[in-house]
Amino acid sequence: MKTITVNEISLKWEENMNINVILKRMNYTFRMLVVKVDGKLIKKHEYESTVVSPGSDVKVIHLISGG
Amino acid sequence: MNKKDFFSQHDPKIVPVLQKAVIGIAGAGGLGSNIAVSLVRAGIGKLIVADFDKIEPSNLNRQQFFSDQIGMPKVIALLENLNKISPFTKYQVHEIKLHKDNIPYIYKDVDIMVEAFDKAEMKTMLIETWLTNFPDMPIIAASGLSGWGKNEILHSRKIDNLYICGDEETELQTGISPMAPRVGIVANMQANLVLELLLREI
Repeated sequence: MKTITVNEISLKWEENMNINVILKRMNYTFRMLVVKVDGKLIKKHEYESTVVSPGSDVKVIHLISGG
Repeated sequence: MNKKDFFSQHDPKIVPVLQKAVIGIAGAGGLGSNIAVSLVRAGIGKLIVADFDKIEPSNLNRQQFFSDQIGMPKVIALLENLNKISPFTKYQVHEIKLHKDNIPYIYKDVDIMVEAFDKAEMKTMLIETWLTNFPDMPIIAASGLSGWGKNEILHSRKIDNLYICGDEETELQTGISPMAPRVGIVANMQANLVLELLLREI
């Protein structure tokens, strides 16, 4: 089975798997995020168009108000 | 007070490294004021701090200001307080609202950037601006520090040159606001990471 890694968790890879699909599969409903794929920053307007390949290392950081 | 006495408890090897360092802090509220106090005590050579806000009574529950400073711009009051702690840090303060166009200019000379905003939108904006403009320079951010207790879920995590401190889960909501102990812990986790990165070669 082809997989990707999201925040150190293994996830099944799918055809045309973009960032929005990944967030949905991970049940991430956070509003303010920073997303990196293999070290590259992916901005919000690029979530739909950024398709990951098998083996990709995805990091999702959830920013919460308070400071 | 002379410098030798101020640093007499430090390992002599680390003093020149700390004194050479330039650290940027974005925000001078609960996180920023606590981070600045710790870094000045540690002996950082120069701090660059920006914030546009003025001190309100509700800030005194967690921020390093005093009741006679209410109404003052935070960066001016912070400068006053830091100067009382140590003359061995140089300070550059900006009373300005940070945005993606002025951040690269204000913080272009820092060795490490520290995110100390209150609002999630601003945190995200700063991290994205930083990773876009200075991908090789470390940035230390905070996420999830409201409320009290739950020491055991506070942590720090490294994603390339981005470091996150906090619990990454406690949302700001009615009844769960930032309070001095937990904000102070996370601010000091950020300051502690600054020292770790600066001193890793020693």
